[in-house]
Amino acid sequence: MLKEIVALLKKDLLLEFRQRNALFSVLLFVVCTVYVAHLIFSSIRDVRTWNALFWVIVVFACIHTASKSFSHERENRFWYYYQLARPQALILSKIIYNTLLTWLVSLITFLLFSLFLGNVLKDQSHFILVIVLGTANFSSILTVVSAIASKTNNNITLMAVLSMPLLLPSVIIIVKASQLALMQMTVTQNASFLLALAALSALVCAMGYLLFPYLWRE
Amino acid sequence: MKKQWWKALAVILIIYSIIAGFLGDVPRRDILNETIRNLYFHVSMWFAMIAMMGASVTFSIINLSNNKLETDQRARLFAEMGLVFSILGLLTGMLWAKFTWGAFWTNDPKLNGTAITMLIYFAYFILRQSLEDSEKRARISGVYNIFAFVLMIIFIGILPRLTDSLHPGNGGNPAFSQYDLDHNMRLVFYPAVIGWILFGVWIVQIRLRVATLSNHVLP
Repeated sequence: MLKEIVALLKKDLLLEFRQRNALFSVLLFVVCTVYVAHLIFSSIRDVRTWNALFWVIVVFACIHTASKSFSHERENRFWYYYQLARPQALILSKIIYNTLLTWLVSLITFLLFSLFLGNVLKDQSHFILVIVLGTANFSSILTVVSAIASKTNNNITLMAVLSMPLLLPSVIIIVKASQLALMQMTVTQNASFLLALAALSALVCAMGYLLFPYLWRE
Repeated sequence: MKKQWWKALAVILIIYSIIAGFLGDVPRRDILNETIRNLYFHVSMWFAMIAMMGASVTFSIINLSNNKLETDQRARLFAEMGLVFSILGLLTGMLWAKFTWGAFWTNDPKLNGTAITMLIYFAYFILRQSLEDSEKRARISGVYNIFAFVLMIIFIGILPRLTDSLHPGNGGNPAFSQYDLDHNMRLVFYPAVIGWILFGVWIVQIRLRVATLSNHVLP
């Protein structure tokens, strides 16, 4: 199982490294939106606005990243993968791959945000912890939803429609957690939100593991 | 006729809850006053909704193992009935909120939970519409139904405990929670819940029969 996951992950990363289209299109999206925000706001001192804008951009960047996870390869090739590996290995490797990708994207967003819109944080590592846990949660939910959406004809539109209501609970928890981080609280004061996020991601991975075998069968 | 008694029970319980709900004696509480009677009509909608969604997800799970079209139709109809109850619950709640909180909509964890639940099930129906093949539709929308239901229950269960709510019983608001739900109110509230659940099952059964007789697979 572990071997299959590693092999599939390696394949995905290699494919991404050779084509580079997924990552670069998302990065371009992020740069454009942050720059538009910079043109509008020039710099943001208000913590709530900063927080809201940051997470809106990250949520859409994550949806953008994950929506391609099952549709950028031909359907026939997935039949080939299912001959080689278990479907559970495939979904877990996709979740890990998307998590790595969204970590990269969101940390770059954070850097760009600090650069163009100002950084009001005192404790950077606390906020980065929230970003890491939050985007891991996003990408686990989005990967399962994109597996569902890839089975339909209009999967780009449906991806947003299906994933938005499922993302809202995590968005609410994340915004509360990052608000605490922005208000210079310590990690221990924020522990309940962070633990809730980690537990939610674990649960989503377990659900993907159980449900994905029913999705791939044609 | 022997198997039909529960339909009569549903009607009797609902009529009883309406009559006793308006005429019965209720405890006097600050802020709530007479609006406490909304418990019988508003909260019972949520209980009925959760029961309908629970039935829907159960049929979705069964459908993944037996692949029968009828099971999928049941899952779909129960989800639809749950959505109807959630709309009714939302309307009764908004009316009540206008009189007690002074606004139809507030940023409250329970209201967010409702909004998300409704969005999830609207998305479920959009997903169903966009799949042509009925067997594929049954399987894929079933997976989404299970996935969404678990997240929804987690959300309704966890988030209100992490933050304060304006709702009675949370954050020091006067309430009808476990310890001070009046004994007389229980006698009306629980029959109302059972009555509405049975009524929902009845409607689903009729809808399923109409669909089966007209040989029409509901999207």
